[in-house]
Amino acid sequence: MLLNQFLILGAVLFTVGVYGVLARRNGVMVLMSIELMLNAVNINLVVFGVQHGVVSGQVFALFVIAVAAAEVGVGLAIVLLLYRNRTSIDVEDFDLMRG
Amino acid sequence: MVAQNIFFGILSAIVVVSALRMVTTRNIVHAALYLVAVLAGLGALYVLLTAEFVATTQVLVYIGAVMVLFLFGIMLTKAPLGNVMEMTGKQWPIAAVVAALLGGVTIYSLINHFGSDRLVTDGPIYRTADVSDEVFSTYIVPFEAISVLLLAALIGAIVLARKD
Repeated sequence: MLLNQFLILGAVLFTVGVYGVLARRNGVMVLMSIELMLNAVNINLVVFGVQHGVVSGQVFALFVIAVAAAEVGVGLAIVLLLYRNRTSIDVEDFDLMRG
Repeated sequence: MVAQNIFFGILSAIVVVSALRMVTTRNIVHAALYLVAVLAGLGALYVLLTAEFVATTQVLVYIGAVMVLFLFGIMLTKAPLGNVMEMTGKQWPIAAVVAALLGGVTIYSLINHFGSDRLVTDGPIYRTADVSDEVFSTYIVPFEAISVLLLAALIGAIVLARKD
């Protein structure tokens, strides 16, 4: 197996996640796309851990998973609060700070 | 070696197609289920890379906990379940160009830098015990910091979401 096939899979996943964050209008969908990008990072960490024969890659991937869980908890609470205050989770509705 | 390549092909096809469907589907519950397919495929790829504990954690935390959170988020925000709300904004062509440029540059530099480097497949295999030894010796301070971070996120989520 080539090293690149895993790295390119990670790059493709990250790219799809970036597209999702930029193009989607639903706040929950934006959070899901962020999860996609974090998973792309994880696969790179694990494959470089294997490549260099160290266990640190797996440990960092576990840390990223923990941080992603915290991020999704706070992020969904914020989306819920937005829905309660504005009765909408369409991110294009939130333009109070537009100049 | 051949079998591993075949499984990599199947799994990466599932992951990439599900990811693309996830960001293009018009139904948000379908998007959540496509995200499950992506996460499960990645979990299987971790098994292929002999990272058994990461694969287990992926299934437990992502497919178990995070997906339930997402489904609760979808239900509590009363997101339209059909094709009522336009899910993709008007600026999607710009987003597609940005994503294509980013992906193109990243993949070009990966091919340029790593070329046809082979993955080291005869290296040491780290089981769950080795991972836990590392976490509780070298990385004990970051581990404790992560614990405090999770507690802070939990309290923060409760404070944000409670009604008063």
